[in-house]
Amino acid sequence: MTFGYMETEFRAKREQGRKLLVPYVTGGLTGWQQAIRAAADAGADAIEIGIPFSDPVMDGPIIQEASQRALDAGVTPLSIFEEARELEVGIPLAVMCYYNTIHHAGHERFAYQLVSAGISAAIVPDLPLEESGLWCAAADAAGIETVMLAAPTAPDERLPRIAVRSRGFLYSIGLLGVTGERLSLAASATALAKRLKAVTDVPVLVGVGVSNAAQAREACLVADGVIQGASVVRRLMDGGPEAVGEYVAEVRAAITF
Amino acid sequence: MSILDEPSAEGRFGEFGGRFVPETLVPACQELEAAFRDAWTDPIFRADLNQLLGEYAGRPSMLTECHNLGRSLGIRLILKREDLNHTGSHKINNVLGQAMLAKRMGKTRLVAETGAGQHGVASATAAALLGMSCKVYMGAVDVERQSLNVFRMKLLGAEVEAVHSGSRTLKDAVNEAMRDWVATVSETYYCLGSVMGPHPYPWMVREFQRIIGEEAHAQCRELLYGEDPDFVVACVGGGSNAMGIFSGFIDTSTARLIGVEPAGGAAVGRGVPGVVHGMRSYLMQDEHGQVQEAHSISAGLDYPGVGPEHSYLASIGRAEYPTVTDDEVVSAFQLMARSEGIIPALECAHAMAWIVREAPKMQGKVVLMNLSGRGDKDVGQMMEILG
Repeated sequence: MTFGYMETEFRAKREQGRKLLVPYVTGGLTGWQQAIRAAADAGADAIEIGIPFSDPVMDGPIIQEASQRALDAGVTPLSIFEEARELEVGIPLAVMCYYNTIHHAGHERFAYQLVSAGISAAIVPDLPLEESGLWCAAADAAGIETVMLAAPTAPDERLPRIAVRSRGFLYSIGLLGVTGERLSLAASATALAKRLKAVTDVPVLVGVGVSNAAQAREACLVADGVIQGASVVRRLMDGGPEAVGEYVAEVRAAITF
Repeated sequence: MSILDEPSAEGRFGEFGGRFVPETLVPACQELEAAFRDAWTDPIFRADLNQLLGEYAGRPSMLTECHNLGRSLGIRLILKREDLNHTGSHKINNVLGQAMLAKRMGKTRLVAETGAGQHGVASATAAALLGMSCKVYMGAVDVERQSLNVFRMKLLGAEVEAVHSGSRTLKDAVNEAMRDWVATVSETYYCLGSVMGPHPYPWMVREFQRIIGEEAHAQCRELLYGEDPDFVVACVGGGSNAMGIFSGFIDTSTARLIGVEPAGGAAVGRGVPGVVHGMRSYLMQDEHGQVQEAHSISAGLDYPGVGPEHSYLASIGRAEYPTVTDDEVVSAFQLMARSEGIIPALECAHAMAWIVREAPKMQGKVVLMNLSGRGDKDVGQMMEILG
């Protein structure tokens, strides 16, 4: 099997002993392009671009607020793709979008919109394995890597089936709950990453509830890397793109063993 | 061939339905489906539920023929009186079933969303009866316009949380209830109030509400000397009262089935297929796929989507989904009160508004309307509207 751009990069970096760091930035939020450039310069291995949606059921207050701000400013999926084309950061870009955004555009059309925007992967938090067939077929045909999510609630038999369908990396959900910062890393974060590592060689990254550099380090003791969402978006909203760069550098240092 | 059937293994009614939920909830939905199947085929569960429906909810609900209105409209108008159930609406049928199921599954906590507050009140009631804790999410706008029901829920021991995100109505209350469920899935049972959401909810809730249609079908045959009504009319938000009464007539009669949507929340009338709240169904959305806000005088119908089985019935032409305006609803509300001495819920006044408007085309016909709730909760709002 040949791997896509992101998975090829991730496997090669893992081979070299590097832990993978994927910051999440809400597309269209003021300063989002600069934040992505700052994150790339500070040691991010890929960027997850959030496509704002009216009903983000997997997101907590911070990302909800960021989405709402972007929507209020008139941001659309197409305006984000237009601006993403200008990024040229030298690392893979993924989108995080709710399924209705894809469904509404049409599967094939959306996949080619991603390709033409220079985006190589998609994460769809409300599209579980059983519903993913149509999208995955369109994505595979266009060369878009679909990252599947695995949750702590999954029985053992379900995990390998999810892993085998995942491209790019495998998203290991860190806790029972929605995105947002927590005081400590949930025990479920490392427990699930461990279960996944036992059944797949697809890179396993922990996201949801990995809230700071210390928690990222803790997760990376088991996982191949982390996704940093609310902690990045909060810094972008409060401190601007520079604050994002500083934070990503701090996390990078913490997960360099 | 029967139309009213179990959905496919993937939870589809035709091309609608499914289970579009975060991965965290997939095992919970699967567990719920298995538990419901097991309970629904267990004669003891059915007997226990029937006993509660009889002794606690007050079933069967009766039929009332509206002679005054019927005479002035030139039709025979028959009401199915779900407004007379305990807690004042059809919601109790579903909630007693789900709460008993939750208990059977070993869950200790119910979460629910509510629009007008009727499902919230029913959930709080069932939780009190069965000794469970209950948290109800309600849009901040609805908390404002349905303050009486908020207080009723609190009296019943439930916690009510006002939801301030998005349009601050029913759609956002569903989002928040789903977020709660994602975080507490091991001890929590999500008691969804309508024939919507991920599989198995649309099917399960329809099965719990089916009793409305089964009773009504038998009662009509008796009242009409073996005949069926020509029209069966119900309001549609998510669509549980409509699915309940339609169930009794879809395959067993040729009655025209009419689901009345508010003009400002016409998922079937103005929507295109989309995916939100776990299901693929008709959905009001903008050109970019953002879900639009519904605008209706009635909090219970203020929802941009609709249950997937309604989308299916619309797609095959077995049911029709016209709309009525807020003004028509206000008139129908007053008309029912003055002509029949019955104050309907604003939701049901939508069904009545359609009947009033279309009566000239239905002369001499028999029209069965599901009066799914009583209007006590709306009196304050109407007092403001009518000055």
